[in-house]
Amino acid sequence: MSVTTGNDTLMEAAAERGPSVRGMEIATAVALMTMGGIAIMDSLRIGAGWSSDGPQSGYFPFWLGIILVAASLVNLGMALKPNAKTEGALFATWPQLRMVASVLIPTTVYVAVIPFAGIYVSSALLIAFFMIRFGEFRPVVSFPSGALAAGVAFAVFELWFLVALPKGPLETYLGY
Amino acid sequence: MLLSRRYLPLIGAGLATAGSASIKQASAQRGWEPQRPVQFIVPAGTGGGADQMARIIQGIITKHSLMRQPMMVVNKAGGAGAEGFLEARSARANPHLLIISLSNLFTTPMSTGIPFSWRDLTPVKMMALDEFVLWVNAASPWQNLAQFVEAAKAGRIRLGGTGSRQEDQIITVAMQRAMGTEFIYVPFRGGGEVATQLVGNHIQATVNNPIEAVTHWRAGTLRPLCVFDSRRLPGEGRVTETMGWQDIPTCKEAGLDVEYLMLRGIFAAPGITAPQTAFYIDLLNRVTQTPEWRELMATGAFNTTTMTGAPFVEWLTREEARHRSLMQEAGFMAASGG
Amino acid sequence: MEEINLLMQGFSVALQPENIILMVAGIVLGVLIGVLPGLGGANGIAILLPLTFALPPVSAIILLSCIYWGALFGGAITSILFNIPGEPWSVATTFDGYPMAQQGRAGEALVAAFTSSFVGALIAVVMITFLAPLVAQFALQFGPPEFFAVMFLSFACFIGLSKGSPFKALAAMMFGFLLAGVGLDGVTGQLRMTFGSMELMRGIDFLVVVIGLFGLSEIFQSIEEGLRFKGQSAKITMRTMLKTWSELPRHWWLFIRSSVIGCWMGVTPAGATPASFMSYGMARRMAADKDSFGKGRVEGVIAPETAAHAAGTAALLPMLSLGVPGSPTAAVLLGGLIMWGLQPGPMLFVEQKDFVWGLIASMYIGNIVGLIIVLAAVPWFAMILRVPFSIIAAIILMVCAIGAYTVNSAEFDVVLMLIFGVIGYVMKKLDYPLAPLVLALVLGDRTEESFRQALLISEGSMAVFFSNWLVGSIMVAGLTLMFYPAISRLMQGFRPKAA
Repeated sequence: MSVTTGNDTLMEAAAERGPSVRGMEIATAVALMTMGGIAIMDSLRIGAGWSSDGPQSGYFPFWLGIILVAASLVNLGMALKPNAKTEGALFATWPQLRMVASVLIPTTVYVAVIPFAGIYVSSALLIAFFMIRFGEFRPVVSFPSGALAAGVAFAVFELWFLVALPKGPLETYLGY
Repeated sequence: MLLSRRYLPLIGAGLATAGSASIKQASAQRGWEPQRPVQFIVPAGTGGGADQMARIIQGIITKHSLMRQPMMVVNKAGGAGAEGFLEARSARANPHLLIISLSNLFTTPMSTGIPFSWRDLTPVKMMALDEFVLWVNAASPWQNLAQFVEAAKAGRIRLGGTGSRQEDQIITVAMQRAMGTEFIYVPFRGGGEVATQLVGNHIQATVNNPIEAVTHWRAGTLRPLCVFDSRRLPGEGRVTETMGWQDIPTCKEAGLDVEYLMLRGIFAAPGITAPQTAFYIDLLNRVTQTPEWRELMATGAFNTTTMTGAPFVEWLTREEARHRSLMQEAGFMAASGG
Repeated sequence: MEEINLLMQGFSVALQPENIILMVAGIVLGVLIGVLPGLGGANGIAILLPLTFALPPVSAIILLSCIYWGALFGGAITSILFNIPGEPWSVATTFDGYPMAQQGRAGEALVAAFTSSFVGALIAVVMITFLAPLVAQFALQFGPPEFFAVMFLSFACFIGLSKGSPFKALAAMMFGFLLAGVGLDGVTGQLRMTFGSMELMRGIDFLVVVIGLFGLSEIFQSIEEGLRFKGQSAKITMRTMLKTWSELPRHWWLFIRSSVIGCWMGVTPAGATPASFMSYGMARRMAADKDSFGKGRVEGVIAPETAAHAAGTAALLPMLSLGVPGSPTAAVLLGGLIMWGLQPGPMLFVEQKDFVWGLIASMYIGNIVGLIIVLAAVPWFAMILRVPFSIIAAIILMVCAIGAYTVNSAEFDVVLMLIFGVIGYVMKKLDYPLAPLVLALVLGDRTEESFRQALLISEGSMAVFFSNWLVGSIMVAGLTLMFYPAISRLMQGFRPKAA
């Protein structure tokens, strides 16, 4: 795993920098509070009371939302309080995040392309990309491997189990 | 190994039988034929009545090789089935898509305000109508409908059904209107669950389909009071020791003027051509002639009325209006819905 | 004993050569289905159901139930190897199964999981064989209040289990509940928290969330930590298997307790998912060193797997004897019975003796066949871990995407999966526990539904939850468990502190 060593050196060089745990804690608590707030608003719209025969549709989401907001407030308070343990602690270093992004971005592109190219062509490309980018395989090996994996998936789902998955122009051309 | 050769292909690639020579002769003289696998959308989850029927149709077509291309059943249950109907609507002129309907074809657009109607689709064929029967626990004191009505007038009866703002609750509303009483309607997830809750005496009555409750009837734990149809259920002989389907009175003759039948119909995408529609009508006609289909109709005590073309459209128009009036009365309409 | 005679007749049906072949085929197919997330259980059987049309009913149900066993076995494989639960009831298996795999003990975890499944299923089948009519009567006692009490008990078993900040656990749980509430409200038919979006109207499916939260986030974390899955040096030999087996009898009490929980949940029918969570929770509570759970304890695999399979098997009993499916998969099997012209329900045991006992016999044999097949395949499963990260990660991503899509045939679900992958990555790094979130998401809507059904029946009176001995005792058990940590702390306060 030559890449691993490369990663280690990178990490040493910029180990000190990256988003802090505290910043992420605050962001997460605020995000959850927002979720709770949205739930409360929607529940009030459809009725969050207790009618003669039990709770209305919005009753549970309303109180769940309240609890979520309250719990997140506590979490927010804890994050803001000076704390020796989290002081200066990093959520992740930038090189680490860059590594995560190197998977996350292709995956996002993959998900975005599925509605247009179909799941099989996208998967074949994704597998080939990963093999070239992370495994240092040659394209001559990678592309056929990707196509093979996608082909197996096609045989299993479309032909064998008769499960229709998203298909693109290539499959249409081939008559599926 | 004779058996393994006979069975194993079925398990796996036997789906490909459509490609074999066993295709029935008729396909040659048909004007149009599917060129790719046909998607069969079920606007409900796996395991329910509509799903079962769709898979039976798929099974019959596969077993008897009625179609060259395979049929793929796809469940699109989101938004009380709206998702499935919207998908069918947006697949304009796509001849490789069918959808099976249940009562949510009418009720979902009304209760959720999602704009679609059966007019957005091409009606192909009414396969059957599902019957509904009023059941009570056999240990209850109500021997007939009159006694039940009397009890309902004296105090609120707990009536269980499948789903909310759908067929079972609509029948409940219609009964309330006809009887001038009020029920406590308790929604459950499926017909089997409803029947068991009634056997366990957690609820006092249900409006289950015959197929959902028949086994408990035969075991002597449930009692049918009346059937919500204009005529009695078809049937010969006895289901229990003393009664057969035909012995259950209609609600009307027992003094309660409520009628409800649920559509089991097949629709196709909008804008498909006449020969394409004709192919599917012919295909479904063949399905209804198979022994498997007949057996299903008999065990489930279905109303075997089938319709295509203009009478079917007329029926749909009438039913839609009736659902609207019942839903309006019950206050089930979405604020924004027509 | 009449049962024994009938069972022997059943064996003669199940042991016919063609039925044995179907069993093997069914198990292999089932494992395949269980391994592919999204295809699993209910979907897999629904897809294959029409193909059984040409078989006689006994053979057809043998094939389908073997697929069911296979899927149950298969669900554990991805949970342990990749932290991706293929089925809701495999979630609890990931808690300790995946850490074990990371420590290079994948073989041990798999062997323990398969064996536990087998034992759980076997105990449930024995119960079905001898207690069927009695148990069916018991199941009838369960109305909405009892149902709610059972759900409450599952939550109570789990509360207070997670380490770290209780407020983070609370926030995660509320988040899970809210996610479960999105979509159509089953009781009133109103839309909740959908904001006019067609995509949200479908509701947020548990599997989609879990694939993202567990599976995808794991890939992100692995890459952050250096591009590989841990535990790839796992070696699995015959010795591993024998060694694992030699240690299992020590946990006999755990097996029995988990099976009882499983049978109870399967019959009532609450299903395998609450059973697996409840059993895991109980195992942790009863353990001497609670904190080692979640770090690779073999008990953490045994408990949920035994209970899930006991429940999955026991769920067939209410389906056969009452016509009520105890799980989504059982619901599809129920459809199969109707299709073959059999009416599930009390009369089935009386009128279709051949069928019922053939099926019960096939449960015994099918499970043995299944255990042999999956155990034989363990070395191959573990070999997957040795495939280079660059290849396996992309294939996992593809399988996750397919799995998320097939749940509802919706492309939006694939997007949702990706979003939850990122959420899972962030939550794990910030020590938000995922278990309460998942538990709330899985059981949330069922719990709310039964609560509201119960209140509809009682016309708004809360007393319904203590209205008879059954619901009352379950509720009291739940309340006791819930407040047990507080109570025990209080008691300790009065006692002189031990050194």
